[in-house]
Amino acid sequence: MLYREAGQFKTSYSADQQIFPILQDRYGYWVILAIFGVLVPMLASAYWLKAILIPVLIFSLAAIGLNILTGYAGQLSLGSAAFMAVGAFGAYNFRLRIDGLPFLVALILGGLAAAAVGVLFGLPSLRIKGFYLAVATLAAQFFIVWVLVKFPWFSNNASSGVITAQDVVILGYHFDGPQAKYVLTLAVVAALALAAKNLVRTATGRSWMAVRDMDVAAEVIGIRPMRAKLLAFAVSSFYCGVAGALYAYTYLGTVEPEGFNLDLSFRILFMIIIGGVGSIMGSFLGSAFIVLLPILLDNVVPAIFGNALGAGFASNLQLIVFGGLIIFFLIVEPHGLARLWQIGKEKLRLWPFPH
Amino acid sequence: MSAVMTAEAPVAEGRRIGEVILDLQGISLSFGGVKALTNISFNVREHEIRSIIGPNGAGKSSMLNVINGVYHPQEGQIHFHGSRRQKMDPHQAAAQGIARTFQNIALFKGMSVLDNIMTGRSLKMKCGLLRHALYWGPAQREEIAHRRKVEEIIDFLEIQSIRKTPVGRLPYGLQKRVELGRALAAEPSMLLLDEPMAGMNVEEKQDMCRFILDVNDQFGTTIVLIEHDMGVVMDISDRVVVLDYGKKIGDGTPDEVKNNPDVIAAYLGASH
Ligand SMILES: Nc1ncnc2c1ncn2[C@@H]1O[C@H](COP(=O)(O)OP(=O)(O)OP(=O)(O)O)[C@@H](O)[C@H]1O
Ligand SMILES: [Mg+2]
Repeated sequence: MLYREAGQFKTSYSADQQIFPILQDRYGYWVILAIFGVLVPMLASAYWLKAILIPVLIFSLAAIGLNILTGYAGQLSLGSAAFMAVGAFGAYNFRLRIDGLPFLVALILGGLAAAAVGVLFGLPSLRIKGFYLAVATLAAQFFIVWVLVKFPWFSNNASSGVITAQDVVILGYHFDGPQAKYVLTLAVVAALALAAKNLVRTATGRSWMAVRDMDVAAEVIGIRPMRAKLLAFAVSSFYCGVAGALYAYTYLGTVEPEGFNLDLSFRILFMIIIGGVGSIMGSFLGSAFIVLLPILLDNVVPAIFGNALGAGFASNLQLIVFGGLIIFFLIVEPHGLARLWQIGKEKLRLWPFPH
Repeated sequence: MSAVMTAEAPVAEGRRIGEVILDLQGISLSFGGVKALTNISFNVREHEIRSIIGPNGAGKSSMLNVINGVYHPQEGQIHFHGSRRQKMDPHQAAAQGIARTFQNIALFKGMSVLDNIMTGRSLKMKCGLLRHALYWGPAQREEIAHRRKVEEIIDFLEIQSIRKTPVGRLPYGLQKRVELGRALAAEPSMLLLDEPMAGMNVEEKQDMCRFILDVNDQFGTTIVLIEHDMGVVMDISDRVVVLDYGKKIGDGTPDEVKNNPDVIAAYLGASH
């Protein structure tokens, strides 16, 4: 079947307002979900599930969080990893201190704790913009990690703040194998990604983009820029928080505050730059790209050059490739892989006619 | 200082010009040492087209910014629909039915025409975050109901074919039209237009004039217009205020203003 919208006439505004207006995209979403929800867990090895697919999903969620704040609401943040830490330590403490608290409730509470902290550190955004705001969120990054290390209460008095996530049990079912953990992660991420897509295409998302593009005009229309910005910080941090809790519960199992460092914040920022600023799908593309690239380089470089270049070369090459790509996307294609994908689709819609 | 004319509203055919709904008294506004407005008083009647003219830097845009709460004058009083307005922010002005366009187009560049006009309805949309996230029942119905309204505006402005285009890609004249659409989406009772025809060619100006007159005529919207094209101003305005260096030098019907010696002097002096 050709990728076309011809013949698919929208006879009502509800049809035109659908999340995926083109039929093929609508099927595509379910096909992709079926592949990743059913086929992949049956076919993929434990290594692929544990070391690649689960982290790609979790980072996608964090990237969606940052994209909501930076891509849609236009507020730069370098504190994503710290908000992930709040989610992880939040969920851990809620489960530790409230007997019989269901896992999914703890996950949401962890997200809400991150949202509250996010709003707190979002307050400076009401007065400052751009570079200065980035510095303020940088302060959040260091302060939050410092607090989690400094006060052993958060890690139940473990040395150096390391926590070991409790077992994941939902309705009596234990999610211990990589397959079960993967399916759980996928379900949470898919649901939240859909919610994010809904948010950005309705009034909430429009108010974020309005504040991003022209805040005086937004205010004149009746949007409250302060409210919109703080809401963006809350929702963004919620997403990062849930991603952080998943990071502890379905990915690593054991985490420490230092694991949520500035490096991780930057990685998430690179994901949205490469994947596409202001695109939910771009968050997935960017996350997959950044997780897969080092693995690809590790395998390809020795295959081509042998061991002649030494072990250090591969990791240096990785940095060079990252740097180059980021500069490329910032200058040439600020909307990232998602935009390239869209251009491809537009071409496909016209194919085989060039215009 | 010169004799200021008294302003009398003319009786227009087909439109009934009503009572004074906006009354500005002794408005003074300065930025640091710069006096943008000095002791300005005038009023706006319901359903009328009220123009503000004057040379560059006369304080016209500042006047609009005072009316919809973007600037707060240091002195003076504003009465809107009878009640005295203290400090009010743009959001409150919007809630009271004042919408506007900007001299330098202030569209949301990253959004489509449709989304830009949809934002104009923000104040009328009631659903919250959770319902939006689920795009569920009331949220979906609300989006679609407002979409229907927005489509009426799109039809009215004859911009059906560009509804999905990102506004950044549109030519200047169309952007101005979309900005008018965004303001109309709020169904305002008073519309402030800051040079809606600047930089347009003759046909585009004619279209814009027609839209302004239609809005005024069909919806009864009161219009406060800043415009440099004297032909247009004298043609469509009911009454005109003339500013020069932040002071009011004339106020009245187009004919009265045209024959006002101070106005003539200001315009000749400013070499327009
Ligand atoms: N935000 C501001 N800060 C400082 N000065 C301002 C500000 N806004 C306006 N002014 C000053 O106030 C005076 C009036 O400006 P305003 O923009 O109202 O003029 P205008 O009549 O709209 O001119 P134009 O025809 O060029 O649009 C100018 O001297 C301008 O420099
Ligand atoms: Mg002006």
